[in-house]
Amino acid sequence: MRNRQVTGFLVTVALLLLSGSLFAHHGNAAYDSKTVTVKGTVTAWVWTNPHTFLKFDAKDEKGNVVHWLGEWNAPSTLINFGITAKSFKVGEEVTITMTGMSKTGQPVGRVTKVILPDGQELSMGSER
Amino acid sequence: MSNRFVAGAILIAVFACSPLTRAQTTERRESGKNIHRDGWDRIVPPAPKDQKSDPAPVRDLTGIWEPTPGYRDGVFATGPREYPSDGKPEHELPFTPLGLKTWKEHKAGFGTAAVPIAENNDPFDICDPIGYPRVELFNLRAIQIFQSKSQVAIIYQNDQVWRNIWMDGRELPKEILEPRWYGYSVGKWTDDYTFVMETVGLDERTWIDNVGRPHSDELKITETWHRVNHDILEITMTIEDPKMYTKPWSPLNKFRMRLQPEWFDIREMICSASEAQEYNKTVAEQAVADKNAKKK
Repeated sequence: MRNRQVTGFLVTVALLLLSGSLFAHHGNAAYDSKTVTVKGTVTAWVWTNPHTFLKFDAKDEKGNVVHWLGEWNAPSTLINFGITAKSFKVGEEVTITMTGMSKTGQPVGRVTKVILPDGQELSMGSER
Repeated sequence: MSNRFVAGAILIAVFACSPLTRAQTTERRESGKNIHRDGWDRIVPPAPKDQKSDPAPVRDLTGIWEPTPGYRDGVFATGPREYPSDGKPEHELPFTPLGLKTWKEHKAGFGTAAVPIAENNDPFDICDPIGYPRVELFNLRAIQIFQSKSQVAIIYQNDQVWRNIWMDGRELPKEILEPRWYGYSVGKWTDDYTFVMETVGLDERTWIDNVGRPHSDELKITETWHRVNHDILEITMTIEDPKMYTKPWSPLNKFRMRLQPEWFDIREMICSASEAQEYNKTVAEQAVADKNAKKK
């Protein structure tokens, strides 16, 4: 039960030695290669160039709300993977997997997969 | 009655939330697979395997072209196909001392000298024109070629810009009074299927590629566009810039583009200043947070 009360936070943290992602335009030198999965509530889906942002809130172990920022590929790439400007709605509970986290531990990462409330998975598959 | 009403409401709610129902909308569509769509959201057929193509038309490049076999094969985030910045000896460029110094001053987001986003000085990050040849050496996506007796015009998906390559007999300018982001280009057919173009007069503020390779006012680009058959076009590019490089080098060598259907609509891919500002502001906030975290 206690665990349930603090859900909405980090589920898994796994260290993966993945090669650098192919985000165009801007680099990924500020990110490491960790993979983190977080359950949170969407606060904004920013469909902009050069990259998109998924902003969401999640509670940490102490119950404090953490404002997360997930950076994803450019609209012109995501659109080919079934991810559109309308894919997320503010207030939705989603589960976000990020590979490549802020090297200094900030709640910032590169999105690789999002599971929607209805269970649908949005991702670029094996591509980055 | 009340129970029936509740049951009915639940059924409607379940139906409304089911993946099947949501899949009908643009909000929910199949994900995880690379299904290429044009600007009008039409699915673009993948490149056929072992397709036998018709012969190429004579002296004709017109049409809509995309990198093949994958439409993302021209992204070149870490540098162009033949010379990615990956630290391998065979990909080291023949820099002059000035070339190496200038490259080190360029803080790119990719390559062996990549810096964190907040520290880079990429002119394209603030939506300066991407310029030529970078428009072909980074995010070479769809292009459309128009042709008349006097010129070949190329429009690019990337940054929604165009170039005019004159073939009315004029020569390249002897003196450049006004450097241009996309330079001054002339071209000619060297045979029925091979078009060679030369470009000079390029603005020194632009980078050659996405990893910040530099150029000077002496940059000269030669491109050979060879139409192999009806469906395939090969691009070879050579860069000469004696101030920055001790010898010519070719970032693209027979890089392949495939002719697309006539209905293919080129997607917008524009560097918007306000969007870039929002992006950079967000990134800057992240950088400040990171800096503060380091201090603690």
